Amino acid sequence: MSPAAPIAALGRATLGALAAIGRIALFAAAVISHLFRPPFYPREFLNALIQIGWLSLPVVGLTAIFTGGALALQIYAGGARFSAEAVVPSIVAIGMTRELGPVLGGLMVAARVASSIAAEIGTMKVTEQIDALVTLSTNPLKYLAVPRVLAATLAVPVLVAVGDSIGIAGGWLVGVNRLDFNSATYIKNTVDFLEVWDVGSGLVKGAAFGFIVALMGCYHGMNSGRGAQGVGRATKSAVVAASVLILAANYLLTEVFFTS
Amino acid sequence: MIELSGVTKSFGSNQVLRGIDLRIESNSSMVIIGGSGTGKSVLLKCILGLVAPDGGRILLNGEDVTRAERDAFLARFGMLFQGAALFDSLHVWENVAFRLLRGAQKRPKAEAREIAIEKLRRVGLGPQVADLYPAELSGGMQKRVGLARAIAAEPEIIFFDEPTTGLDPIMAGVINDLIREIVTEMGATAITITHDMTSVRAIADNVAMLHRGKIRWTGPVSELDTTPDPYVQQFIHGRAEGPIEALR
Repeated sequence: MSPAAPIAALGRATLGALAAIGRIALFAAAVISHLFRPPFYPREFLNALIQIGWLSLPVVGLTAIFTGGALALQIYAGGARFSAEAVVPSIVAIGMTRELGPVLGGLMVAARVASSIAAEIGTMKVTEQIDALVTLSTNPLKYLAVPRVLAATLAVPVLVAVGDSIGIAGGWLVGVNRLDFNSATYIKNTVDFLEVWDVGSGLVKGAAFGFIVALMGCYHGMNSGRGAQGVGRATKSAVVAASVLILAANYLLTEVFFTS
Repeated sequence: MIELSGVTKSFGSNQVLRGIDLRIESNSSMVIIGGSGTGKSVLLKCILGLVAPDGGRILLNGEDVTRAERDAFLARFGMLFQGAALFDSLHVWENVAFRLLRGAQKRPKAEAREIAIEKLRRVGLGPQVADLYPAELSGGMQKRVGLARAIAAEPEIIFFDEPTTGLDPIMAGVINDLIREIVTEMGATAITITHDMTSVRAIADNVAMLHRGKIRWTGPVSELDTTPDPYVQQFIHGRAEGPIEALR
């Protein structure tokens, strides 16, 4: 093996990664540009809204309630070390609305929605349905990707809001039943310490995560390889890429929102 | 009339089309035959613009297809895909009326449904099929729905990609008869790619044989059996021995 081989391999990998980022950026730009140009497909948008938003409610709700409960227990145990058990309601509320609600909600939606979008569009590609769309004078990106991306961008903040509420309720349930908090005091502390921007920042993150999830599902689906293996690989790539991008975007948005 | 001159297409190092010259007269039925992997589907996709050729020219009635306005150009075409390519999430009638429910050819929903049911009837399917989903149909019925979709907007040119693959001989015969009838009735130009010699004889006015990315032979279907071309003779008689190398 030539001594330069590892450097060449690193160069190839870097160029490959940069090319992939470029392709995804162009795909995202095309999707965004088509959001504002007719024709629009309201039926596909409503279908996507139901699939992405309504049907994700159970999984997001369950994730939130258990997370809120566990968070209350953790904060109580940690706070007890310096006699700060009383901060449980406010920290649960802030933790859920700023971080855990949007991030865990986004990740659960990524697992459920990015995979299903990639598998559906990948299968359409393999079975020539995407070619069929073109021959029927329909732009596949506009018909398949735009409604899904728009629906996810609008639906995930709503899911995050519902998840925040359920998570805070989970913390309250544990606080009142396991940690002997007074119910009225717990609720008062939650409301008093929670600020509008705590909730608002989480909703903005939710919109960004929804955009990422649907974009990754559509991109990997439309670039799926042939056969069952190709669709499987596209599905896996969509979930992995969406999850990693959600975590990276979360860090960047937190930097922007909460550091002066 | 569709004219192809010097059309080339490669995928990486694999040169699939090596200079295709072919002329397809209006209102005629051309069948393109050839072994698997000889580039038949790529050729169709190049004409439709689904795949961009690397070189050469494709003219439709004298106009370069790469310069034509896309929607208006595609509105002139209908295509029956090998696996029918029906949209799983839409009812059968919505598949057939897809083009009539959106875009430049949009009609009121009731009218589009009526046209879809009429086209389904034309391919031998009753109105009870209209509200089913594609997954509820047999392979033969799916092909017929695909055919109904291809003719729904009454295109000038219809492509058939392996129309009888995967069907039993009786259903294949039904599809062949339907294609021939519809093409004649509509006065459309038809291009079919197939391996099925029964289909060739049932559908074709003219035949072209593609071999190693080039048109090896072309002529009227009546001359197919009498041509001395050894490649054509080997292919149409399905002989393992001959100039076409068969991998074993």
